[in-house]
Amino acid sequence: MPAVTQTREAVEKLGQSSYKWGFETDIEMDMAPKGLNEDIIRLISSRKEEPEWMLEWRLAAYKTWQAMTEPKWAKVTYPPIDYQDAHYYAAPRKKPGPKSLDEVDPELLRTYEKLGIPLHEQAMLAGVEVPEGERMPVAVDAVFDSVSVATTFRKTLEEAGVIFCPISEAVREHPDLVRRYLGTVVPAGDNFYSALNSAVFTDGSFVYVPKGVRCPMELSTYFRINAKNTGQFERTLIVVEEGASVSYLEGCTAPMRDENQLHAAVVELVAMDDASIKYSTVQNWYPGDENGRGGIYNFVTKRGICRGARSKISWTQVETGSAVTWKYPSCILQGEGSVGEFYSVAVTNNRQQADTGTKMIHLGRNTRSTIIAKTISAGHSDSTYRGLVRVQPKASGARNFTQCDSLLIGDQCGAHTVPYIESRNMNARIEHEATTSKISEDQLFYCRQRGLSEEDAVGLIVNGFCRDVLKELPMEFAVEAQKLLQISLEGSVG
Amino acid sequence: MSQFLEISGLCAQIDADGQDKQILRGVDLSIPPGEVHVIMGPNGSGKSTLSYVLAGREEYVVTAGSATFHGQDLLAMEPEERAAAGLFLAFQSPIELPGVNNANFLRTAVNAVRRARGQEELDAVAFLKMAREAAKALSMAPDMLKRNVNVGFSGGEKKRNEVLQMTLLQPTFAILDETDSGLDVDALRIVAEGVNRLRAPTFSALVITHHQKLLDYLVPDRIHVMARGRIILSGGPELARQIDQEGYTKFLAEVA
Ligand SMILES: Nc1ncnc2c1ncn2[C@@H]1O[C@H](COP(=O)(O)OP(=O)(O)O)[C@@H](O)[C@H]1O
Ligand SMILES: [Mg+2]
Repeated sequence: MPAVTQTREAVEKLGQSSYKWGFETDIEMDMAPKGLNEDIIRLISSRKEEPEWMLEWRLAAYKTWQAMTEPKWAKVTYPPIDYQDAHYYAAPRKKPGPKSLDEVDPELLRTYEKLGIPLHEQAMLAGVEVPEGERMPVAVDAVFDSVSVATTFRKTLEEAGVIFCPISEAVREHPDLVRRYLGTVVPAGDNFYSALNSAVFTDGSFVYVPKGVRCPMELSTYFRINAKNTGQFERTLIVVEEGASVSYLEGCTAPMRDENQLHAAVVELVAMDDASIKYSTVQNWYPGDENGRGGIYNFVTKRGICRGARSKISWTQVETGSAVTWKYPSCILQGEGSVGEFYSVAVTNNRQQADTGTKMIHLGRNTRSTIIAKTISAGHSDSTYRGLVRVQPKASGARNFTQCDSLLIGDQCGAHTVPYIESRNMNARIEHEATTSKISEDQLFYCRQRGLSEEDAVGLIVNGFCRDVLKELPMEFAVEAQKLLQISLEGSVG
Repeated sequence: MSQFLEISGLCAQIDADGQDKQILRGVDLSIPPGEVHVIMGPNGSGKSTLSYVLAGREEYVVTAGSATFHGQDLLAMEPEERAAAGLFLAFQSPIELPGVNNANFLRTAVNAVRRARGQEELDAVAFLKMAREAAKALSMAPDMLKRNVNVGFSGGEKKRNEVLQMTLLQPTFAILDETDSGLDVDALRIVAEGVNRLRAPTFSALVITHHQKLLDYLVPDRIHVMARGRIILSGGPELARQIDQEGYTKFLAEVA
C-alpha cells in the first residue's frame, strides 16, 4: 500500500507545519445569544420544531446538569470553562434543498474540498446521483455546525429499510423509536457533560437498521465545528435490530480558533440479538498551537449496549486532534455471548492532553471483550489510558484481553496507563499486557540508511506500531488515518 | 585523484556517558570504482564505527579528516542523501521494525531512492515481482516479504534480508559489516553470490569480515587491517589468507 507516498504528499501539501484545515467558512449564521438558560433550551427546541416530550426531556436534563459539577478526576488541566459565554445554537441560513451542484453554496463546496471530501461525495451531498463503483458506497450525513446540511443515499437506504437521518429529523419523523431508546444507554444524568448535551444537543445522527438487514453501505458523518464560540453538542443514536448490522464512520476536522471550544457529544449504540455495530472514528480537531492555545476541548460520552445474545459492538478510533480529550467509548455486555471491542490510537503532540480509554462491563454469561490501545506521545504532551474491565457476578465464563502499548517520541512527554480490573466472578479470565517503548535512534537510522526521510521513517514506525488498530478501520479511513498520524507528529523528532 | 571513495585522516568520537571517546584515529582509505576491498581487524578496532560514520550516523562525531564519494563531501550529507547517492550499509546487527511489513518497507525505500535519483517509482505489482525474484535468488522463503522487518528473523534470515535490500536498492557502493557472521556454508555462498551479482565496473564494496571463507567466493582486490582506529596495513588477497592462518597478533606487534 502506498501509504507513505500518500503521507509524503500530504505532508508536502502542508508546506509549513500549520494546521491544514484551519480555515473558516463565511456562511451567514442564524445564532442564538450567548448563555444557557431555560429560554435558550426552549428556543433550540422550537427551532428544531420538536414535540413537547422532547422539550420536557431537555428541561429535565438541564435541571440535572445544574445540580452537577464538572468532573476533575481525569489527568488533564485546562482553564475553567464559562458555560454562559458560549452560543448554544447556530445554523447556516436555511435555503430550499439544492437540486443540483450549481445550487449548492459554493462556499460550502469549497469547505468540503478543503476537508478533502472526494468530489463524488460532494456530489452526493448535493443529492446528485452517482453510478455505483466497485467499492462499497459511502453515505454522508454532513453536520455543518448544528444543522445537517445534506443527507445522501437516502433512497438506497430507504429501500433496505434503514433510517439514517439527522437526529432532529428523527425526533419529528420517528418519535416512537427515538423516545424508546434516547437516553437508555447514556442517561442524561450519567455525567456532567452528558447532562449538558441532553439539555442542548442540536444535531447528530440517527440510525435504525431493522431486523435481519445488513446495511448496504457504510454510513459516514463529517463533523465540523464552524461558528465562533459555538459549543458542539451532537447526539447520535444507533439502534440495530436482531441479526442486522451496520458500519458507521465518524470523521472530523475543524477551523483554526483563538478561543477554546467545547465539544461534548453523546453517542448511544443499541445492539439486539446477533446484531453487530462497528463504529469507527478518525478525530482530528484543532489541537491548538504549539503552546496549546486555541484548541478544542473534547468531552465525549460514547457507550454501546449489547442487549441481545451474541451481539457485537466494536469501537475503533484514531484520535490525533483536540487540545484536551476526555473520552471513554464503552460497552455494556448484557446479552449472553456478546462481544465488545475497543481499538484505539491516541496521538498527542505539543501541549495536547488526552485522558482516554474504555469500559467493558460484563453482565452476561460468556461475554468477551478485547481492548487494544496504542498511545503515542510527542512534544510536551501528556496521555493517559484509563481502562475499566468489570465482570459482574452473573458473567460466568467472561473473558477480557487488554493490550496497552505506549510509544514515546522525545523525552518531554508523558504516557500513563491506569487499568481498573474488577472481577466478581471466579470463572472470568482477564489478561492485561502493557508495554512502553521509544522510537529508537537505531530504527530511525536504519530507515534513513535505506533512503527514507526522518519524517517518513517516523511515519512508518508509528504506523507499524498502530497496525493492529489501523487494520480494524474500513479501508478508506485507514488511509486517511495513516496520513493523520504522520501529519500530527510532524516536527516531533530531530 | 578523481577517486570513487576517498577517506583521509578520518577521526571520530562518541559521547560515552558524558566522556568523549575517540574511536577512529585517522583512517586513510581509497577505493577505486569496480573494486572489492576488505577490512579485517580485531574486535573493537573501529570497523563498525567506520561504516556508521560513512553512512551518516549522527552519534559519531567526526573531529577531523574527510570522506568524499564521487568527489562529493560525504560527511556533509544526510543519511538518506547518502543512500540516494548510492551508498548502502548492510548492518552487522539488522534492526527490527515491529508492525512494519517487510515488502512495504522495501518498496517505500526503493521508491524513495528512485525518486531521489530521478527514476520512476515502481507500482505495487512491478515491485512485488522484482522483490519476489530477488528473494528467490537468495533462497529466501516467500513469506519473508510478508513478515515484519527483521522481527523474529533468525540471524541468517536477517543477513539475507540485508542482501535482499541491497539487491533492490542497487547501490554503487556497499558496505557489508560482518554479513557472513553466523552463516552456514550454504548461506555464505548464497550471500556471496548476491554480492557478486552486483559487481560491475561502477560498483565497489567494502567488506568487513573475519573469515577467509567469504573471500574465497568474493575474490577481493585489496585487504586492509584495522587496529585501534587506524588502517595499519594493506595488501593483496594473500594478506587475508595469512591472517586467517596466523591471526592478528603478529601484525599488531609489528606496528606497535
Ligand atoms: N555507541 C557507542 N558507545 C560507546 N562506545 C562505543 C559505541 N560504539 C562503539 N564504541 C566503542 O568503540 C570501539 C569500536 O567499536 P566498533 O566500531 O564496533 O568495533 P568493531 O566493529 O571493529 O568490532 C569499541 O571499543 C566500542 O566499544
Ligand atoms: Mg563490528
